[in-house]
Amino acid sequence: MDISQIRRDFPILADESYIYFDNAATSQRPRQVTEAVERFYQTTNANPLRGLYEWSIGATDAYEGAREKVAAFLHAKDPSEIIFVRNATEAINLVAYSWALGNIKEGEEIVLSVTEHHSNILPWQMVAQQKGAKLVYLEPDEEGQIPESEFAKITEKTALVAIGMVSNVLGTENPVKRLAALAHEKGALLLTDAAQAAPHQEIDVTQLDVDFLALSGHKMLAPFGIGVLYGKKSILENMSPFLRGGEMIEYVTRQDATYAELPHKFEAGTVNAAGAVGLAAAIDYLTDIGFDEIRRQELALTQALVSGMKETGHIRVYGSPDPAKHHGIVTFNIEGCHPHDVSSILDAEKICIRAGHHCAQPLMQFLKVGSTARASVYFYNTMEETERFIAALPKVRSTLGYMD
Amino acid sequence: MDLKQVYREIVNEHNLHPGHKEPLMRPAVERRGYNPTCGDDITLQLSYDDAGRIREVAFTGEGCAVSQASTDIMLDMIEGKSKEEALGIVESFMQMIRGTADEEQIEALDEAAALQDIAHMPARVKCATLSWYTLEKILSGEEG
Repeated sequence: MDISQIRRDFPILADESYIYFDNAATSQRPRQVTEAVERFYQTTNANPLRGLYEWSIGATDAYEGAREKVAAFLHAKDPSEIIFVRNATEAINLVAYSWALGNIKEGEEIVLSVTEHHSNILPWQMVAQQKGAKLVYLEPDEEGQIPESEFAKITEKTALVAIGMVSNVLGTENPVKRLAALAHEKGALLLTDAAQAAPHQEIDVTQLDVDFLALSGHKMLAPFGIGVLYGKKSILENMSPFLRGGEMIEYVTRQDATYAELPHKFEAGTVNAAGAVGLAAAIDYLTDIGFDEIRRQELALTQALVSGMKETGHIRVYGSPDPAKHHGIVTFNIEGCHPHDVSSILDAEKICIRAGHHCAQPLMQFLKVGSTARASVYFYNTMEETERFIAALPKVRSTLGYMD
Repeated sequence: MDLKQVYREIVNEHNLHPGHKEPLMRPAVERRGYNPTCGDDITLQLSYDDAGRIREVAFTGEGCAVSQASTDIMLDMIEGKSKEEALGIVESFMQMIRGTADEEQIEALDEAAALQDIAHMPARVKCATLSWYTLEKILSGEEG
């Protein structure tokens, strides 16, 4: 793959004085995506799913075409298993409200990992508090991997295993297929938060045999405000709606209503059709490059970052020593320097990285740090950028008055 | 703006070698200031003499260089002051951050004036003001 060719697709990357290393927070968008959104608004904009005229039919086709694209991308058996939502957070909340509150009983357990993002913790805290259920945490090892011995926490009491596919802090991948099999053995369901996985690797929900999967479009080149919940049809069919209102009904009387078939039962109100079209264009773009190429480039960049930090000194990298296990995420601390100072000092060098708790405070407590700095790369980043980044790191300690 | 205007020697010195980061044996008041978005977490402790003047000052907690230095500088300035005098210093500092302080006020802020330029860094201004807001709440007798 030709990186300079790829970078020309991303207008924001034209100013090469900036280095964008906050891709785990949100990716940049190629013009193929923004133009697809623009084309939708300029050629077939109308409220989809209801109108009986050409533009609305065109909008409906574009929206439902995007659903088919996502279904194929995730290897779902049926497009009706794809629910469009705003983001992974909304997808997980949908499952918490529409499935968990109705199905999880007092004394049952929800199994999570300490490495989860708050979006895959807080909805389950709500469910546990309301239903008298218990949250059980799988404890990772130092490198962020969950040891097999922890799997025994999935028991007959388990109603749901809610687990991230890739950690947004350590970049480590969880054995989702294995955990889904273990959950099913005990009669439990498994939800996986794929927000950090979907931008970087092929996902096959049928092969993984997960019951629910959540992802955010904006981390994988798509516009803000479009995300996906995948759910097995047999489960979704028996769930009550999440939000109620327009476009999700079958028949409404003054006192009662019956609901539309899947997937529309879960898509109340006017939908984000342009966002879905943008997501479809993003999937085309990623598929064109191919995940093998994407991972190859990310791995080269991650290797350069990890070894460069090691040579710089006074830096601790969190997670596995093997760059291949980071999925482009390198979380670190510079000795004696608070991550916010690190980020501010690098900002002065036009380097964009994240600092803070990364919406994963239980993991920060586990790592015994208040916060960390995080550099996260994507396939459009370059080796020159990693070199400039590494060269800038010593400025952090010198700016803060260390003599080294 | 040049970041060196923020991470000056004064700020770095107070961050690396804070004079007041040692908890008091018997604080008369203690209050935690916490910024959930960035995680700066500072607890201020004060004790008073019989005349009601601030006798001892201390802080504990974690945060970035700006928040740590700002706290240490602030405590230097209010040690031995009456509550009213200390509140006056807080008010001058807030005015400096808002850009409404006059030259006389800024001069009186002494080392704290080193943080003047933080006002132009929207991502960091709260690091500098956290402990000052916390002190204001202590001195104005606000509950909690």
